[in-house]
Amino acid sequence: MRNLDQWYEATLTSSVQITPTVRQFTIDCPQIATSAPGSHINVRVYIDGRPDHRSYSVVGHPSEGGVIIAVKYLPQSRGGSAYMWSLAAGARIWLTPPASDFELSFNSAEYLLLAGGIGITPVIRMAETLMSQGKPVRLLYAARSRDELAYAGRLQEALAHRLEVFVADEERFIDLAQAINSLAPAGELYMCGPLGLMEAVRAIWTASTRDISRLHYETFGSSGRHPAKAFSVQISNLGIEVQIPQDRSLLDALSDAGVQVLSDCRRGECGLCALEVVAMEGEVDHRDVFFSPEQHRETRFICACVSRMAQGRLVIETAYEGDPVLRTLP
Amino acid sequence: MSSKKDQTFPMNAWYVAAWDAEVSRKLLARTICEKDLVLYRKLDGTAAALADACWHRLVPLSAGRLEGDELVCGYHGLRFNTSGRCTHMPSQETINPSACVKSYPVVERHRFVWIWPGDPAQADPALVPDLGWFEDPDWAGDGRMTEVRADYRLVIDNLMDLTHETYVHASTIGNEALAEAPFKPSYGAKTASITRWVLDGEPPPFWAAQLDKPGLVDRWQYIHFLAPSIVVLDVGVAPAGSGAPQGDRSQGVSMWVIHVPTPSRLDTCYYFWCHLRNYRQHDQGLTRRIMDAAGGILREDEDVIEAQQRAMERNPGRDFNNLNIDAGSLWARNRIQALIDAEAPALLKVVGI
Repeated sequence: MRNLDQWYEATLTSSVQITPTVRQFTIDCPQIATSAPGSHINVRVYIDGRPDHRSYSVVGHPSEGGVIIAVKYLPQSRGGSAYMWSLAAGARIWLTPPASDFELSFNSAEYLLLAGGIGITPVIRMAETLMSQGKPVRLLYAARSRDELAYAGRLQEALAHRLEVFVADEERFIDLAQAINSLAPAGELYMCGPLGLMEAVRAIWTASTRDISRLHYETFGSSGRHPAKAFSVQISNLGIEVQIPQDRSLLDALSDAGVQVLSDCRRGECGLCALEVVAMEGEVDHRDVFFSPEQHRETRFICACVSRMAQGRLVIETAYEGDPVLRTLP
Repeated sequence: MSSKKDQTFPMNAWYVAAWDAEVSRKLLARTICEKDLVLYRKLDGTAAALADACWHRLVPLSAGRLEGDELVCGYHGLRFNTSGRCTHMPSQETINPSACVKSYPVVERHRFVWIWPGDPAQADPALVPDLGWFEDPDWAGDGRMTEVRADYRLVIDNLMDLTHETYVHASTIGNEALAEAPFKPSYGAKTASITRWVLDGEPPPFWAAQLDKPGLVDRWQYIHFLAPSIVVLDVGVAPAGSGAPQGDRSQGVSMWVIHVPTPSRLDTCYYFWCHLRNYRQHDQGLTRRIMDAAGGILREDEDVIEAQQRAMERNPGRDFNNLNIDAGSLWARNRIQALIDAEAPALLKVVGI
């Protein structure tokens, strides 16, 4: 069960650049006073004039009267960040109440938080909340370069030695196996970051004797192993070919072309939009968490809401078979 | 008038209002798609359906009586003929020319009485879905109707995902293998289907008794939704390896299970169901035993569905999270919505907006 969408009209009060690629947005929305750590809001964005929405984690509430989010500019993505970055203070903005699919439990013996890049956003308030409750917590925060460590100062202040940063430019990387092994057996891990990081953690976790229910992660399906680029797909049962622009998902481009595909979560979790792969040459950039790594290797299906072709040719099949003949008359 | 988004069923469709045997010279009140109706048989045996509210002061005509083919209101004796026209008013020599109640198109076919709640001009009897198994001597069986306090689409959801059999019907038709077997969803213009085979598996108790042969079985489930409110199941088992997946079902037992959840109000439906079999067709005791067993199985479904409806009412701002297994029900709802969307302008015309 989840909340039905409800939209509030609000005003953008400020937009401040906090790293070379991240801007922080403060939104005045009196209806939203608080939110649980780890929760996100949906914001209405316009891509080529078409309404769509993007999910952003809430990083704070200024004096309990607004909502603060942070948006990383991703030039090779589907256009949500470019739209957000185009907004200036005073802009009208539509958003949903905060919701959390990434809820923090408060009864664990120990907490390990892992964040990569902009994945820090849902983790910030988790870390602060756990610290304020005196829980044993450790945050490992990785970024490409030191100037991309958004909110490092704020976290340093809240967490002190419980924060460890890893900067790729400085050849410092998280030893994931070691970090997980040093977590108490009944401890919980919360993570958000690029797909590669999350998959590596999932692999280590499942190979251990740890209970999978103590591994928490959140994905908005926006990151893959490759930058998003335009590609085309053939749909064998409909006999058509559809071009997928760089800034549209496979699912959206198919539905623009009148191809009917089921979908629900639109972030690679539910598996309803999975399309059967008839033929494939090249590489699919699987960005969903519905299929297992083994199923990704086989590539018998592709999750249309998030996954794309990295390169090469793709032939798929939809569920259309026409109306069946149920009774054969004698 | 609810908005298009709140509309849960199309109006321009044939809906099952009753089993043939339910409609008689005794007046039968039914609410179909939020329309209150009174059903009865004329002297020539054909069925008629009128709006169940007297033109005069709205008292249900179903509380009145039949005189010949005419309905007599139980309050002041106004009489209406089968087309809904008033033929008698008390204490006056004339009849108000505008006095009539709505009459609904009716067709009796495949053991059901069907009514068309929408635009009567579009009520083509050729559009009644083909449930010809009822007339086919190869198939025998019978069914019942149960009133379910739930949105009819919850019944459809339940049928379009039979993995629930493993959990809801564990003692009769469900087992673990079924919930884990792969399935294939498909759709057409007015249909949605799910196909599932469980090969070389232990038969669940109900099917073991029907087949009455030892050993493992190949089990099939072809579930077909016919928009807006019919689900027909082509189900059965055959001895494992006897060729059923390749098309030879001669060593097995097959059933066509007809499920018709007709929307009554937004939160209630009439659930018509029937099991037709292609074996021991002359064994009427078996017809009764299957109907009784099915009644027990359906009671389990109703309990879950009614609990779900109550939970939805207690959580008005919340929606379902759908899983991959819900593909069949989502395609079915998608087909229903397409019918609703297609008729929206015509509907506005009918209600005079």
